[in-house]
Amino acid sequence: MKKLEKISEKVGKWFQKGKPLHPLYPFYDAMDTFFLTPKTRTKTGTHIRDAVDMKRGMITVMIALLPALLFGIWNVGYQHFLFTGETVSYLRMFGYGLIKVLPIIIVTYVSGLTVEIIFAKIRNHQVAEGFFVTGLLIPMILPPDIPLWIVALATAFSVLFCKEVFGGNGYNFLNPALVARAFIFFSYPKVITGDFVWIAGQTDAFSGATPLAHLALGEVSQLPGMMEMMVGTIPGSIGETSKIAILLGAVFLVITGVGSLRIMLSVVVGGLAMGGLLNWIGGSPIFDYPAWQHLFLGGFLFGAVFMATDPVSAAHTPVGKVVYGFLIGVMAILIRVVNKGYPEGMMLAILLMNIFAPLIDYIVVQIHIRNRKKEIIKINNLKI
Amino acid sequence: MSIKKYFGPLSKDNPILVQILGVCSALAVTAQLKPAFVMALSVTVVTGFSSLIISLIRKMIPSRIRIVIQLVVIATMVILVDQILQAFFYDMSKMLSVFVGLIITNCIVMGRLEAFAMGNPPIPSFLDGIFNGFGYGLVLIIVGVIREIFGSGTLWNMQVIPTSFYEAGYMNNGLMMLPPMALLLVGIMIWIQRS
Repeated sequence: MKKLEKISEKVGKWFQKGKPLHPLYPFYDAMDTFFLTPKTRTKTGTHIRDAVDMKRGMITVMIALLPALLFGIWNVGYQHFLFTGETVSYLRMFGYGLIKVLPIIIVTYVSGLTVEIIFAKIRNHQVAEGFFVTGLLIPMILPPDIPLWIVALATAFSVLFCKEVFGGNGYNFLNPALVARAFIFFSYPKVITGDFVWIAGQTDAFSGATPLAHLALGEVSQLPGMMEMMVGTIPGSIGETSKIAILLGAVFLVITGVGSLRIMLSVVVGGLAMGGLLNWIGGSPIFDYPAWQHLFLGGFLFGAVFMATDPVSAAHTPVGKVVYGFLIGVMAILIRVVNKGYPEGMMLAILLMNIFAPLIDYIVVQIHIRNRKKEIIKINNLKI
Repeated sequence: MSIKKYFGPLSKDNPILVQILGVCSALAVTAQLKPAFVMALSVTVVTGFSSLIISLIRKMIPSRIRIVIQLVVIATMVILVDQILQAFFYDMSKMLSVFVGLIITNCIVMGRLEAFAMGNPPIPSFLDGIFNGFGYGLVLIIVGVIREIFGSGTLWNMQVIPTSFYEAGYMNNGLMMLPPMALLLVGIMIWIQRS
């Protein structure tokens, strides 16, 4: 640690005012505060501060993402070698996955941070920590074989139009990671939908269909077993397959108080409710698919734990959170089952509810105010 | 009289970028350059000539029913344009479908009649209408060029992005073909223009 500090101090000198690298100061500052503690200290008066600042919160989320990410990397290799029919060691599977996934992560960070730094420079503020989580989330919701230039383009698009245009970190009313995915989804549907893309290095569409695709076609018998879906040895986006790893992350988020348990639970309840309703209607294999099994399909759980709980774009009031989460669950299952063009409803459901989150909060607050008013009138026996 | 004073609509008084009028048609017809160009031309003709006609009869129009009379004139012009398109450019007319008819509801036309032609002599009114049409057309053409190049790799139906790009892994951007991207592009243009 001491060594790192010294290096940072040494390098930092080049970025001071008047030195040649000064235009890149926001970049240095971002790296410095990411690896070390911020240098600014309060000088006057007494300040009582919680140790949980934004940086701490973001790093907590990144730690929570790690199990799913590591498993995802391994699964990319596992799926590839399963497809080619080779039997190799677990380590080599992980290595293959790393070769596939690491470039995506690096490209995401480079592209996103470039846009962030340009804007930090224009606006004269520091690079906010928010992108570090977004930059990890984006690769995790993409298929392993995605072309890197598309990743770069989508990340830049999302940072620019979802965040910076509205004022930067904390002002984005949509989830940036999902905006990047939606951009790819609508711009280049070929690389993110269909049976072709989910297994790295795949050359034919024979065995590549995700469980969701099977479901959309009504091939319920083709679905992998519950155990496989729990553990995550199924084709899918990089980080979403292992439900156990995601639940580990969820527990960590809830214990540290960073993620909202209220939202996660209400998403699940919403999904179950809608699934139950569709089961009740019944009539086709996809409608009859048990509601509780929907939770383990596709990105439902990943979305519920890591996407819906994004503190910026979610609803803020306690009651609002429940409504928001519930509607996400309902919408996700509704889109998934009824609209076969979009097998993965979670992304669209969360984006839709992101837009409605401020409205939900507003209504909740207004109702609260009205109830308080009524109470006061009742207590004081006022007449209007 | 200098003609320069009519150049306003091209940039600093642009009907789409500054007055935010006629956005709907700008989103609908700009997926390719050709329809965007024809649309721009049609709107220019309609604004120009209805301004001219309204300006000629402006002193005879009772102010209470002026909107009705303006609409009649605009509708006549739009039907003329529509019939010409159908007669000579049938494919184009098919492509633009309902949006030619909807020029009647384009606020730019009505706005210029109300704001300018009702109180100015014929020639300035005509120029004002024409240049407002140009201002509208300029935005349409820029958006149309960007959307066609990135959305389908062509320009005026000719391939401009070489096939070697596609072999190297380049893909057309499907979002460019959807109206939301046109809205984004217009938004970016407004941003650039105002900063």
